[in-house]
Amino acid sequence: MSAGHWRGATNLVDTNRIARFGALYAAEYRIRNMLKWWQAIVAFGIGNPLLYLTSIGIGVGSLIDKNTNGSGPDGVKYLAFIAPALLATAALQGTMEEVTFPVVHGFDWRKVFFAMHAAGLTGKQVAQGVIISAITRSIFTVSVYWVILWAFDAFSSMSALWLIPVEIYFGTCFASVMMAVSAYLKEDDGWFAIIGRFVVAPMFLFSGTFYSLSTLPLTIRWVGWISPLWHATEIGRYFSYNHPIPSTMLLVHFGYMTALCVAGLLIANRKFALRLAA
Amino acid sequence: MPVPDWTTVSRLAFVPNPETQPPMIVAQNLTKVYGDFTAVAGIDFTVARGESFGLLGPNGAGKSTTMRMITATLQRSGGDLTILGKDPDKFGPQIRAHLGVVPQADNLDTELKVHEKLYIYGRYFGLSRKYLAKKIEELLAFAQLEDKRNSKVDQLSGGMKRRLTIARALVNEPEVLLLDEPTTGLDPQARHVLWDRLFRLKEQGVTLVITTHYMDEAEQLCDRLIVMDQGKIMAEGSPASLIAQYSSPEVVEVRFGSDRNVAVAEKISHLGDRMDVLPDRILIYAQDGEAALAEIIALGEHPVTSLVRRSSLEDVFLRLTGRTLVD
Repeated sequence: MSAGHWRGATNLVDTNRIARFGALYAAEYRIRNMLKWWQAIVAFGIGNPLLYLTSIGIGVGSLIDKNTNGSGPDGVKYLAFIAPALLATAALQGTMEEVTFPVVHGFDWRKVFFAMHAAGLTGKQVAQGVIISAITRSIFTVSVYWVILWAFDAFSSMSALWLIPVEIYFGTCFASVMMAVSAYLKEDDGWFAIIGRFVVAPMFLFSGTFYSLSTLPLTIRWVGWISPLWHATEIGRYFSYNHPIPSTMLLVHFGYMTALCVAGLLIANRKFALRLAA
Repeated sequence: MPVPDWTTVSRLAFVPNPETQPPMIVAQNLTKVYGDFTAVAGIDFTVARGESFGLLGPNGAGKSTTMRMITATLQRSGGDLTILGKDPDKFGPQIRAHLGVVPQADNLDTELKVHEKLYIYGRYFGLSRKYLAKKIEELLAFAQLEDKRNSKVDQLSGGMKRRLTIARALVNEPEVLLLDEPTTGLDPQARHVLWDRLFRLKEQGVTLVITTHYMDEAEQLCDRLIVMDQGKIMAEGSPASLIAQYSSPEVVEVRFGSDRNVAVAEKISHLGDRMDVLPDRILIYAQDGEAALAEIIALGEHPVTSLVRRSSLEDVFLRLTGRTLVD
């Protein structure tokens, strides 16, 4: 480096630009880091739906369809019934992966968020960058899953195309909550395993994924009501095969997920800023 | 002290002139308190453009806390602080965007390659791809990492990681480069390579702020430094002036065995300007070290080992605090 070329940061760096686009710069890092694992993301994105659809959709589905003359839960064939639920699950899980370990990685394992902060990004911008990268992952995961479901003849109308933006949105809402939770973890300490077993797994089992929530006794049905996956699944069935939902419940589903999204982002923004300045 | 308006002063890069240029950092009664613990207890200092400024002190002296406040990443509890003419409480991100920070622990991503790390760090400042393509080549050459451009961080030695972190901090051509313990944990050869790189920056007029608990590092790199202990400034000045003020030109280190040191010390206490008795050795501060050692031997005391050396900042610190820098 020679002195003649040295312009100095005051002349070189536009702080207004960082204020406007800082979140995108943070996302650019996260996406670049994510792409280092693209083989795993692609393999999981394709393998996961193929395995589920073959085993449950076709295997369990043929058993149920045989015993219900093709009009299983909700009066549709079993594959059509579980397809929106599987898509919602993939959306939620895919985005969750991008906001849990990467956040612990950023704060504790490699402390890369502190490097971003030292460079002039705010805690809020770093948090937004993480969410943008999760949305990017979700766009891929949900689109691939949708195409495979379509190839398996799981949708009866093209209105099912709405599932793609809707499930990406719901996945983002769930991710914002998980990002807020992750921001509070000092180290992993097995917390993600606990969350996986006692939050995500029950959510998957009691959200009307494999059967209608209404078949569960009221004492346990509340698990579904608070589960983001149930809301995402209900909306998914509405767009996929016109599953009847009163308009007030449509508002409840979107309102509940939006409220989670706003609360998650507000908490995450604040916690990111506090941890980076502590 | 009134602070000139930093932004309106014309830039004369690499022509440091503290008389005409406003200071880069001004701290007045700077304080940081955590609950009952006072990490930094009201310190005052100024860093001029083009200066190489050091914070010397043992672990826990408050150096890193001070460093975090002057990198605008940690809020102060009290006092006044101006960095590049701005208050970090109000303009934190704007100030940070114009600084270069090398933290104590390398916070490098494990997945990206060396050249990608430099690129991404440059992107945080909103720097263009075209600028970065050229800058990355310069920085790789400067950090002597051209052969490692496609390596990941786990394939780099400790010294290479530090050089990469320094190269990364230079990507935005910072107004001040702040380094927290830059050579801690490195072997002697890696330290010398790093010092050489930092010295080149200093020669180019880059303003450096360095914390260290190595007195040789402070002597090598710093034009001026503050000696810190328990959150306070114990002394301030150039390495040479501090040594002249707080120590004698030469030091004799003699060892008689831990069970005899105290007894011998009493016998030779009249020698030199001053004496410190440490658990493992006796230090005699003298104008002429060789002469003092000859007198010890003339008194019939034959040390197990003896060393006559120039006085250092380590001796200054011992004089000021009664403790050694590295425990």
